Amino acid sequence: MAEFLQLLFAGLTVGAVYALVALGFTLIFQASEVVNFAQGEFVMLGGMVTVFAFKAGVPLPLAALLAVLVAVAVGLSLHRFAIEPAKGATVVTLIIVTIGASIFIRGIAQIVFDKQFHALPAFSGDEPLRLLGAAILPQSLWVLGGAALVVVGLRLFMERTLFGAAVRATAANRLAAELVGIDTRRVLAFAFGVSAAIGALGGILVTPVTLTSYAVGTLLALKGFAAAMLGGIGNPVGAVLGGVLLGLLESFAAGWISSTYKDAVAFVVILLVLFALPQGLLGRRAIERV
Amino acid sequence: MTPATRSKIALLGTLAVLLLVVPLLFPSAFHLRVAALVWINAIAALGLALLMGLAGQVSLGHAGFLAIGAYATALGPRHLGLDPLLSMLAGVFAAGILAFLVGRPILRLKGHYLAVATLGLGILVHLVVVSEVAITGGPDGIQVPRLVLFGWRVVGPEIWYAITGVVLLLATWIALNLEDSSTGRALRALHDSEIAAAVAGIDVARHKLLVFVVAAVYAALAGGLLALLNRFVTPDVASFLRSIELVTMVVIGGMGSIAGAIVGAALLTVLPQLLTFFHDYEHAVLGLAIVLFMVFLRQGIVPGLAGLFARGRRA
Repeated sequence: MAEFLQLLFAGLTVGAVYALVALGFTLIFQASEVVNFAQGEFVMLGGMVTVFAFKAGVPLPLAALLAVLVAVAVGLSLHRFAIEPAKGATVVTLIIVTIGASIFIRGIAQIVFDKQFHALPAFSGDEPLRLLGAAILPQSLWVLGGAALVVVGLRLFMERTLFGAAVRATAANRLAAELVGIDTRRVLAFAFGVSAAIGALGGILVTPVTLTSYAVGTLLALKGFAAAMLGGIGNPVGAVLGGVLLGLLESFAAGWISSTYKDAVAFVVILLVLFALPQGLLGRRAIERV
Repeated sequence: MTPATRSKIALLGTLAVLLLVVPLLFPSAFHLRVAALVWINAIAALGLALLMGLAGQVSLGHAGFLAIGAYATALGPRHLGLDPLLSMLAGVFAAGILAFLVGRPILRLKGHYLAVATLGLGILVHLVVVSEVAITGGPDGIQVPRLVLFGWRVVGPEIWYAITGVVLLLATWIALNLEDSSTGRALRALHDSEIAAAVAGIDVARHKLLVFVVAAVYAALAGGLLALLNRFVTPDVASFLRSIELVTMVVIGGMGSIAGAIVGAALLTVLPQLLTFFHDYEHAVLGLAIVLFMVFLRQGIVPGLAGLFARGRRA
């Protein structure tokens, strides 16, 4: 029981970060059908900027705020200088644009920061909480709480505000949204900004647990993408579900089967799921017109 | 002579002339080695160009097949005492079999789902070669014995330049013929609309599978040659970045263009060699170059330049 709880919490913590990355993917995908492979770099920026600002003497909350602002600025520039000029390009071209951008961001980060691994102090101490024999880091609760807050907050924003309705309208049908006077360019810029902020927040929350370096973005982007696809892309509920599921599977596979192939779990699962359900777990069936 | 035959001969002729001229212009061993790398990457890119450009299917995990060819060439002699050339051919065969087995379920997927499935396949191959240290040497890589043909030790950049060049020429000839065959036309038809192609009597699944296997075989062949040329293999050949490089070669050169795949391979092979002068800035510059190319020459270099040329003549 203790081991089960231990693995459960480890899986939920990692899964929450995958869920945030997958949510960022989904937000941008809904607004533009662009799969943004630079999503993982936002997580990296969140962690790295906080670490370096904190080391320079900035108080932790301010350092975190600064990191979110930097990530949002990078996200908006990515949209303005790479995605918008490439408007109308094919899916594969857009994928390569975002991958090129992620290589660029990583290249710059490696110069501005360094190539070392860095840690942050846990927000409320390292004394583990005891629960039925399992030791739970307080930071895990920060990650879970923060992720839950983001998911609920985003949901409320989408359902309750006028701009949220504009985002949903754009996701449903871009042309129709433009016809009723919605500035879809602003919606897309917003999607990039918010995705960047969500990613950065995930990076800040999880860095005390997992450490960070300039290169953590790639694998996070790939796993976040797998999580988003697992849930069925373009579905925020599916993205969160996919992320948490992936984190749990990884954690239990590492604990019970083999920690060497921990990273393989995500991709084995996505292959098996797609073979059985070609549209993901919650995806709608697409109908091809001739 | 049909126009298709004429353009085929023109491309093969240009390539042959290029193969002969490059050693005259750049005779140093270093340049010949880079050129041999270009030909090898071009072979892999050609296969991917058939899959992506002709049939409209994407693969973000193609380095997996490259790695199967490369590691087979290294592992056969090491563990089974086989001849490197025989091991390479076995690796090419194995890659074809793997593509055949996973091709049918994977190619049922479309768009982003196909992208994530192929990506997963490539990453799994990468994880296996990194983790199975006892067999593959893990992250440290593994040595490849020198190729010996009938008692003749195959060494020297000139020899490898010639070998890779001839293989590329053959690979290009086969790719051009495939493009200009009933199979090629079937692939183009299913690229436009799978349903319309199926209605016209084309076995969509079988044709997609065929081109997937061809692309895998091309990549494994390139991987094997790479292993023999470098005489060393590291898990880097299977990495996600390598898969992306291959896709970028095809897209930068011009999707659906055989010549484009070769141009793209040349650009993405030579560019990093030039960028080593920038040391730390290498990744930043490479990423920026990829974004700029994709934004400003969206159709790719070969079709893009052909378009500019045609417009210039009309004006």
